[in-house]
Amino acid sequence: MGQKFLMKGNEAIAEAAIRNGCMHFFGYPITPQTEVSAYMSKVMPKIGGTFLQAESEIAAINMVLGAASCGVRAMTSSSSPGISLKSEGVSYIAGSDVPCVILNVMRGGPGLGGIQPSQADYWQATKALGHGDFQLIVLAPATVQEIVDLMGTAFDLADQYRMPALILADGMLGQMMEPVEFPEKKEAPAGAKDYATTGTQGKRKPNIINSLYLQAPVLEQTIRDRFARYEQVKQNEVRVEEYACDDAEIITVAYGATARVVKGAVDMARAEGIKAGLIRPITVWPFPTETIAKAAEKARGMLVVEMSMGQMVEDVRLAVNGRCGVSFFGRTGGVVPSPAEVLAEIKKLAGGTN
Amino acid sequence: MAVNMLIAGFGGQGVLFMGKIVAYTGMIEEKEVSWLPSYGPEMRGGTANCSICIDDKPIGCPIVLNPETLIVMNRPSYDKFVNEVVPGGVMVYDSTLIDAECSRTDIRIHPIPATKMANDNGLHGLGNIIVLGQVLKATGFTSFEVLSQALEKCVPAKKAHLLEPNLQALRLGYEYTVE
Repeated sequence: MGQKFLMKGNEAIAEAAIRNGCMHFFGYPITPQTEVSAYMSKVMPKIGGTFLQAESEIAAINMVLGAASCGVRAMTSSSSPGISLKSEGVSYIAGSDVPCVILNVMRGGPGLGGIQPSQADYWQATKALGHGDFQLIVLAPATVQEIVDLMGTAFDLADQYRMPALILADGMLGQMMEPVEFPEKKEAPAGAKDYATTGTQGKRKPNIINSLYLQAPVLEQTIRDRFARYEQVKQNEVRVEEYACDDAEIITVAYGATARVVKGAVDMARAEGIKAGLIRPITVWPFPTETIAKAAEKARGMLVVEMSMGQMVEDVRLAVNGRCGVSFFGRTGGVVPSPAEVLAEIKKLAGGTN
Repeated sequence: MAVNMLIAGFGGQGVLFMGKIVAYTGMIEEKEVSWLPSYGPEMRGGTANCSICIDDKPIGCPIVLNPETLIVMNRPSYDKFVNEVVPGGVMVYDSTLIDAECSRTDIRIHPIPATKMANDNGLHGLGNIIVLGQVLKATGFTSFEVLSQALEKCVPAKKAHLLEPNLQALRLGYEYTVE
């Protein structure tokens, strides 16, 4: 830590990846995350790393699979339509139990959609970024500094649990500049990647990285083993911020850039004497179910705010499980909700009866 | 003082660059800062704008919808944003490029013929910096010294020869008195 830089989120994430020992980046340009590739292309050749602009998103994610199979820290980044293209490779990576980091700077969808900020890929990120039974660790930063801080977390958790980690950002975070401090550069921890295909030197049996299991019971067992690890992730790795929640009657729930807007609205509500608070999931998988369930015990109502038609709200409802009402406010298609709009929704809830 | 600023104009007028200089004043003063550009198709020929927030406490929403300080460099941006300025706010605009009679009486209005001043003083293309000098005068959002330092930080090393004309433009705008 030390010097502060004024940097775009996209550039900060690239620098943070490098400082966390990621020396291999495979990408394909798409707005609003192209600065990640641009930064990598400038820096990687100077430090002996790999920057490769692949022929497509599908190629890039499969290059990540290849690099990760060799035991190195590897990363790819894209925005919503490009992430959809990567989904096959992500499923293979999850099925092969190798770690990697993927960045999604979300934009409006479906289809080519638009290029303005969105959070409409929540379901894709947390439920099904590809076929089959698997999960990703999904981290949702809300500031450029948090993007930097979570980059190290993403690589560390991916290595620890041998699974892909996804940074779920959006166009606003990618494009905005904020002051950031970086951690000291560290090498990727050398160590027990005993699965890596690094050559046997005639001393051990070859390692095989594979996601094909034709015997159903064998496949079932690999999936059960994987899910046992997911249980540990759920137990140990939930990250969540609670803001002004102690005496709050109206609890808002929002993640990423939207949480900043909502925090502003919570402050405005407090200034008007409404006891509002904010729960901000930092990991959206694993989801902070317990924090939300506990808050629901004493809240009069919850308000979920997203840049989508309502996706995370379903996880909130599952966590709340009927303990209090859960309402939703969202803007979508690239429109960012304003603090005033969110305040109006908080007031509606506060004015209503129990 | 907290800054809540929106700068808007055509792509190529240095709108994002102006915003970056303003953002750097916050960096120099060790405050919280956000700079958010429009990055849509408007960047490629239409109107471009950027939002800058500077505060002692963390920045919430980085999008400035209702600026306390509005800077406009073309007519479409003037029309689009003039009614969004909060009462008591300030609008600074380049009156060489925008011919307008603003009817609002609840904001302070600072027209400055920046493009003409730039051309008259051999500072072609530095109308934006002249406007920025006037913004400082109109709002006092930082000191002249800090704004000059921020400008120095934003002029890249390979364009170091442009620093002096930029500083001259800044001073010209700062010393201009609105009639």
